Formats: sequence, structure tokens, C-alpha cells
Amino acid sequence: MSIPRNWRTRQQRYSLKAEVCNTCNKHIFPPRDVCPHCAAEKQSWTNLSGQGEVFSYTTMYNAPAGFEEYAPYTMALVKLAEGPMVTAQLTDVDAQDVKIGMPVEMVTRKLSQEGEEGQILYGYKFRPMLREAA
Amino acid sequence: MRDVVIIGVGQTRVEEHWGKSLRHMAHDAVMAAMKDAGIETADALYVGNMLSGELGGQEHVGALVADFIGLRGIEAMKVEAACASGAAALRVGMFAVASGIHDVVMVCGVEKMTDAVGDEVTSGLATAADQEYEVSQGISFVGLNALLMRRYMHQFDVKHEHFAGFAVNAHKNGANNPNAMFQSPIKAETYLRASMIADPINLMDSSPVCDGAACVILAPADGYRARAKAHILASAVATDSLAIHDRRDPLTLDAVALSSQKAYAQARITPTDVDLFEVHDAFTIMAALSLEAAGFAPRGRGVCMAVDNEIGIEGRLPISTMGGLKSRGHPVGATGVYQIVEVVAQLTGQAGKNQVQGARIGMAQNIGGSGATVITHILGGV
Ligand SMILES: [Zn+2]
Repeated sequence: MSIPRNWRTRQQRYSLKAEVCNTCNKHIFPPRDVCPHCAAEKQSWTNLSGQGEVFSYTTMYNAPAGFEEYAPYTMALVKLAEGPMVTAQLTDVDAQDVKIGMPVEMVTRKLSQEGEEGQILYGYKFRPMLREAA
Repeated sequence: MRDVVIIGVGQTRVEEHWGKSLRHMAHDAVMAAMKDAGIETADALYVGNMLSGELGGQEHVGALVADFIGLRGIEAMKVEAACASGAAALRVGMFAVASGIHDVVMVCGVEKMTDAVGDEVTSGLATAADQEYEVSQGISFVGLNALLMRRYMHQFDVKHEHFAGFAVNAHKNGANNPNAMFQSPIKAETYLRASMIADPINLMDSSPVCDGAACVILAPADGYRARAKAHILASAVATDSLAIHDRRDPLTLDAVALSSQKAYAQARITPTDVDLFEVHDAFTIMAALSLEAAGFAPRGRGVCMAVDNEIGIEGRLPISTMGGLKSRGHPVGATGVYQIVEVVAQLTGQAGKNQVQGARIGMAQNIGGSGATVITHILGGV
């Protein structure tokens, strides 16, 4: 990913910067110019809780270029509490412990590196939700 | 608008064509189709291709192929819609003939994948997905389909082994197709033992990386009726979000439903009138989801058509009749044209051991990405 492209999407990837549609009140992530639910054009900025659950998952044995150091790793569709769904890597969990419906929370981690000298891309991953001590 | 017919077809065998470049493969397919149609020139050439730039550093293949086949000067351009590029080129060719702008038009789908190494092909195929919000997270194209398959198995209480019938059927049909990449049948045990790529998707759930080219020649029905091999009864495109996570419901291929319904309306038929279906079985899960959204099976039951063997040549709805993407092979931008060549073979009684008896109406559906572009063509026999 080029440096300007990385920079443009930084708020989404570092902090799940999202929108709420002023017309239908649905949450939108990633931000768009037109609401995918009602096609209205006006939205307001909002932040997501970063909490959600695993909708589906897969273990990647053949990692794409830049992701080799993590292979094999688990990718998931995460349904966020506010409604939007994201594609993200799961972290801090063994592949065999992942279940559909498992509560997860967002963390910021290193995503990929473009070679030895290349830029490092950071962004969201999800880990099993940490329970508060009773 | 004028009715459009197909007057010639040609194809190369799908395989690893180390001895042939993209231009040579396109040449072979176009020349075979021109010979079949009995023509020596055409008004225009539309080339369906997805990865020539990404894998070969070569864009601009419309002019490249026109020149290479000895038709320097004619109108030519490349049409791209990811893995649906072949059907997209056919649709552009149809526009040209139906509108009266051109009379005789050539549509060639061609893809050269095996000049690149595995990593490059993986990245190339992933260009069909959302770069900023899917690919940048570390998912591959196989991985995206694995996410769909896992959820499908969970939500509809289906086991992985239930998908075996799709791969077994494809290989059984491919065994009788001299142009197929894989020409040997497989047993269900082969499917169960295949090595995992992105679980639950194993090697036998997925179509292979390969090279190939196919071509069809279009003309107006008026003036070419006597030479027609098949009528194009419907041509319909629908779209959805590139990213699976942006879909209304990831397990419903809305663009398949919309594209199919538009096509049925144009052809004035219902799904029960379809005698055979060239489905976009790039992965077994895509076959199941397509059968459902196209109206051949209820939601969550597409896989049952494989379990109950309703998809064989003698079945309720024969699919992948010449091997499909799994066994004939999936040279991505060429696949949509191969499907049309195969439907024409069925409608003209040229399908050999795989002939669907009495086939009158054949449907082909070519999908770009994991369901973001869906192009449906329905052909009728003459
Ligand atoms: Zn809205």
C-alpha cells in the first residue's frame, strides 16, 4: 500500500473511525460518501466501540506477500456491536479455540511489512474479549 | 434492437501453456472460431481479460490481438470485470451487434496465468476484492471464499464432505472434454483427503491456475439465421459490493439473484425451463450459493443438489457439463467465453458423451470477485 494511501485511511485503521447516517441513523464503516442503506449523502463522524463477535473465520496457510511472518494465521469476519462488519485478523488466540459467535475486541497491531526496508502497515486486529475481573 | 446469434466458436485446451504466450493462445481460439463461422474478417474484436497487466505487464491487449491475428485496423479493445471479464466482453459484443453498429463481431476471452509465480497470482486474483479493507488485512481470494463456506456450514448445519459431489461431478464431466485441464475422474475419498488451502477450503474445492483462450463470433439473426448455432435469448448484469463484509447478507448472492431474474424475464422463461447450467464453480461454495440465488434451490439447500446427485448429465439440472471451472479449468478472464462455447456445444448436439439429451435452453453465469459482478447469458437452440 502506497504511503499516501496508507495515510488517507489511517483513522479508519487505527481507531475504526466511522459514520452515522443522518437520515436512517445506521452506522457506516468504512466511511462512504453515500449511505449504503438509504443512499442519503449526509453523515456524521462517530467512533465505534471496537467490540463485536466472530461471524466466520478461516486459517490462512498460504500467506499473501507481506504477511508471511504470521502464517498460519486466522482471518475473520467480525460483526461489530453497532452493525457494520469488517474483515480482520484475529490475534492472541489459537486457531483451534476460535468459534463462530465468540466475543472479540479491537486492538491496534502491525499488519504487514513491505520487505526488509519497506513501510510497516499498522491497523486493527481483534482478540478474544478480556473479561473484567469479578 | 436486433436479435443476436452465435455463428462460430473456438477454444484452446485449458492447461499450462508454457510454449504459448497470450497472443498465440488468442490467435488459436480466434482462428478456430473464424473457421467454424466461415468468415475471414470481422468488424470488431472484444477481448475479455483480467490479469494481462498484473501478471504479464501487458495491457492494451485489444490492439495487440487484433494485430497478431492479421486484422490490423479493425476496432478492438479489452473488457475487464475481474473473473467475469469473458462474459463482459460478450455483452459488449452484443451491444455492438444488437444496436446495429456492427454486423460481425468477435469475442475472445484469454488469460495467461502460469508465467507468474504463486505469490503473484495470489495477489493478482486478490485485485478483484477490496484492496483497502479486505486485502490490506491479509486475506486472499481463497480466504474470502473460505469465510463464506465456514459460515454456510455453521448456519445451515452442513458438513464439508457434503460439498464433494460438486468436485466429483465436475471431474466426471471434464474426463470427457478434450479441452479440459483435468481429464480424469476423482472419487469422493480424493476430495476428503485433499490438502487444505484455507480451511475449510481444500485443493478439491478450488479451481486451478491455468492458461486458455476461447472465442465466439456474433452476428445479427437477420441475414445470418441459416448459419446460426444458437440464439442469445438474454444477457444481464448485476452488481454488489466488492467486499463481502459490506453485503446485505454474505450468504445470499444478491447480484446472482438480480442478474438471473433479469435474464429469465428477457428470455421469458422460468428456472425450470433451463436444460443445463454452466455455473461459476470457482469454489464449491460458489456453486452452492449460485444455485440458491439463481432459483434452483432454496436458501441453505444448494449443497443438497450435489448430495442428491441432481447435477449430473442425467440429473434435474446438469451443471458444469464440460467440467466447469474446477475441471475444465478457470483461466479467469477467459472462463466466461468457455462457458458460452460449451453451452453452444450442448445446444448443437456436439457435447459427445456429456450431451444433455434434448437440450434447448442453456444458461451460463460468470461471476467477478466473490459475487460483485454477475453476468448471466441464456442461449436457445436453433
Ligand atoms: Zn442511511
